[in-house]
Amino acid sequence: MATQQETAEARQHSGVGFVQTQLATLFVPPHWLKLAGGGELGPIQVAYETYGELTPAKDNAIFICHALTGDAHAAGYYEDDDEKAKPGWWDDLIGPGRTLDTDKYFVICANVLGGCQGTTGPGSINPETNQQYRLNFPFITVGDIVEVHSALTRHLGIDQLLAVIGGSLGGMQVLEWAARFPDQLRSAICLASAAQLSAQGIAFNAVGRRAIKTDPEYKDGEYETGAGPRYGLALARMIAHITYLSDQSIEMKFGRRLQDHDTFTYEMLPEVEFQVESYLHYQGKRFVERFDANSYLYLTRAMDYFDLESQYGSLTNALGKTDARFLIASYDSDWLFTTTQSKEILRALIECGKHVSFIELKSPFGHDSFLIEIEQLQNMITPFLEQAYQSRLMESAQKT
Amino acid sequence: MTDKLLLEQIQPGSRVLDLGCGDGRLLARLREERGASVLGIEIDITQHHAAIARGVPVIQADLDEGLQDIPDGSFDYVVLSQTLQQVLQPKQLLEEMVRVAKRALVVVPNFGNWRIRLQVLKQGRAPVTEVLPYEWYNTPNLHLMSMHDFQDLMRLLGIEILQEIPIINHRAVERAWLANLRAQHVLYVLQRQSDPYPVSESENNAESELESPRPGSR
Repeated sequence: MATQQETAEARQHSGVGFVQTQLATLFVPPHWLKLAGGGELGPIQVAYETYGELTPAKDNAIFICHALTGDAHAAGYYEDDDEKAKPGWWDDLIGPGRTLDTDKYFVICANVLGGCQGTTGPGSINPETNQQYRLNFPFITVGDIVEVHSALTRHLGIDQLLAVIGGSLGGMQVLEWAARFPDQLRSAICLASAAQLSAQGIAFNAVGRRAIKTDPEYKDGEYETGAGPRYGLALARMIAHITYLSDQSIEMKFGRRLQDHDTFTYEMLPEVEFQVESYLHYQGKRFVERFDANSYLYLTRAMDYFDLESQYGSLTNALGKTDARFLIASYDSDWLFTTTQSKEILRALIECGKHVSFIELKSPFGHDSFLIEIEQLQNMITPFLEQAYQSRLMESAQKT
Repeated sequence: MTDKLLLEQIQPGSRVLDLGCGDGRLLARLREERGASVLGIEIDITQHHAAIARGVPVIQADLDEGLQDIPDGSFDYVVLSQTLQQVLQPKQLLEEMVRVAKRALVVVPNFGNWRIRLQVLKQGRAPVTEVLPYEWYNTPNLHLMSMHDFQDLMRLLGIEILQEIPIINHRAVERAWLANLRAQHVLYVLQRQSDPYPVSESENNAESELESPRPGSR
């Protein structure tokens, strides 16, 4: 068995090694962030991590947009992680020689506005009142989230990103970025996402929010830090988690296997009879330890509201202004963000004559595939980024 | 050989769609030599990634499922080289091609070639030639046609053959004597007949009349 020191050393030398979350303070009044829903917000603290080095020409930066409950910790380990801690959520993809090659690229990932992992959100202290914002936090949209991340990249001295990448809610941010800041990105990779959330997606979010709000500990959002609607939030996560899986992946992983007995117990009180139940309870419990209920409400609403078409008049209006190269991918077993939705984006991009590649990837893992099927992403994203980067170099060579 | 021939047919600066584009070789040349804006469709995932590695935009899709993701008239040219005979519904695909592009370039093997005729006649077996190098049980070719057959289908579909270029012994021959007997392949340049969707008088609004006055209206 590896000693603690051996584990630490192995971690330091694998992938990007030890990383630290950094903080930036942006939109310091009077330079408030003007919000889509009205009102202003500032100052805004942004938690972010970077991996690799920015070139002197500042032309190798890749921004990763995380999904609903993700965070800035996309790769590597924290030095004080215990032995069981997992690395960042996309670690397999980021590091020297990996798809987002940190010997070549400068990779940035930041927690979203309204989140609860270091970026200003409903759990943050409102400097005007010295109280947590809670439900006094203003309404935010995907556009507001992107506005903050765009400001962060400028704060880091970057005018144009080599790529913006994201899956699910992260993919929505990618599309919004292309629409809102068409000159700021050279390429866009949108995985398992859509230009608008489906009615089914809104429905599931609604059930999740109801679970949170009806928990007696929710107290209209005025719960104390550390307390809060644990059961409601866990329930919201259990429901959402089912939508991230596929029929086939649940079947493969658990089937109808029982958890603690060989036969049914014929008792109603214990909640866990089947393995799949135990798994969902575990997912719910773990989620409560790391996520804030109010953040969940705000971010799911931002997701519900996202609709590129109604916001910009049409998808071609939204995506027609950028010269970025697009890579769009969906998964055949994803029923939350379907291939049909990805193809709507594809059609619009073809219609306005953009450089767009598309693929429906085969995977049994449903919506979660973009977090799991690393090899598929690697085969597709590595050459795509390489080409985007080469075209950048060729252009600058032509200019000089 | 075929690539060069196709390249010559395409006006510089055009927007080109290549069906079954493989690793995007033709499209890469079109972009570099013709300044074309390109898109490929390819079903094979390895080829798809290879096209991406050339910087050629490519959609993974099955031509047998049609081109429903391609909006009407979104391309100047659509290319289908050595593939028509392998699709399940060649008629539908040809109709789709003239829907999505102004011109369609199609290269097909000619089943009317004398070597094929002779083999069938002499040996009484399904032919195996340089152009059709498969046994009957493992061939991807589902729909073989002669030049006459192809011409018939174009008449049926109301698609105009702008050019018919027989390829004999790897050379394009503009006016070939006994072409249907001699050509191994044929390159067709096709376009939708001038008015494929006649607009009825009632649908014809004033605005479009202003934009394109009819002959003799002034």
